[in-house]
Amino acid sequence: MHGFANPKRFLSLANWLTPLLLVAGLLVSTAALYWGLFRVPPDRLMGETVRILFLHVPTAWLGMGGWTAIAVSSLVFLVWRHPLAALAARAAAVPGLVFTLICLASGSIWGRPTWGTWWVWDGRLTSMLVLAFLYLAYMALAQAAEREGVSPRIPAIFGLLGAINIPIINRSVVWWNSLHQPPSITMGKSAIDGEFLVPLLVAVTGFSLLFGGVVLARMRALLADIQAEARLRRKAMEAA
Amino acid sequence: MSALKPKHQRLVLVVLALVALVGAGLLAAYALRSQASYFYLPEQMLADPPEVGQAVRLGGMVEEGSLQTADDGITLTFAVTGNDGSRVPVRFSGIAPDLFVEGSGVVAEGRLGADGTFVADNLLAKHDENYVPRELQEMEQHQAAKMAEETTVGLE
Repeated sequence: MHGFANPKRFLSLANWLTPLLLVAGLLVSTAALYWGLFRVPPDRLMGETVRILFLHVPTAWLGMGGWTAIAVSSLVFLVWRHPLAALAARAAAVPGLVFTLICLASGSIWGRPTWGTWWVWDGRLTSMLVLAFLYLAYMALAQAAEREGVSPRIPAIFGLLGAINIPIINRSVVWWNSLHQPPSITMGKSAIDGEFLVPLLVAVTGFSLLFGGVVLARMRALLADIQAEARLRRKAMEAA
Repeated sequence: MSALKPKHQRLVLVVLALVALVGAGLLAAYALRSQASYFYLPEQMLADPPEVGQAVRLGGMVEEGSLQTADDGITLTFAVTGNDGSRVPVRFSGIAPDLFVEGSGVVAEGRLGADGTFVADNLLAKHDENYVPRELQEMEQHQAAKMAEETTVGLE
């Protein structure tokens, strides 16, 4: 862990890992979506709409995974002051938000034919919407830390605070009567038939690889930004 | 504390803050337990009935054999059952969602009538956590189990 806090060593790893993750992620998630959208049999009750599962569930997990990454990176940044950890947290925000929004949109489209409504204010849906707003707030704070001279500790603390929402999302369907069904996949058990479960797990793998690739690519871009700015400042100092 | 290195001091502080935060969050979530529920279960509605005419939701399973269509063709009556066998009769006029069938989950939006019948303005079908392909459903129990075993080899 400490070794990769050095930007040079991080870049030597990220430079080849980024395209690898992106290409593998694209291939695996495309294959999984094809499998899920065209090859899987219809569900006993939901029929064809069950295919939204293969987009909805991976994006939901990664939407929550994105904030978990922000929280862990923020913790590392606050305690060990690794500057790369702050970058990692910032880099996870955009893909996390995108996955959360895809999850909300696909869930809404799924809800119309299955439940008979686009949206309800039940525990699961509401806490997931809160997660999307937390991402927006975090991104605003992180930008302020970069441009307006706000301490980078502020977004890090916010990243930790917001993590309280993650177990709430996870438990919302257990604690409260909810229109959303209880979890199908719990520790070592699944109520999803194998014909659906295998492509679902492949889709989760593919989307996770994509997520990792996007985070690394954004970290590289952020690092390049910082280096370019430092160089400009040095030039300006020399000129003065 | 002075014996601690600064980074360990920060670690302790952050961990303490996190424990306090998670504790507070969980307590708040627990306190919201009943209020944040999307619907009443039948046993909750019977034990602690909402005021007559107050807009509430009732959720549970549609009792097998209870679903009847009235002569006007759009009024449905059925019973919603809970986990302990308690049941609440429901009346609904309108178009029910596709997934609304006997033996499946339902959330009815409406109000409790004076006669103890729940009058629903809107029905929402509730899907359970099971995902099963159509062809498996038609099979006998043991065939389905065998098929499931064959298709999930190595998953456990």
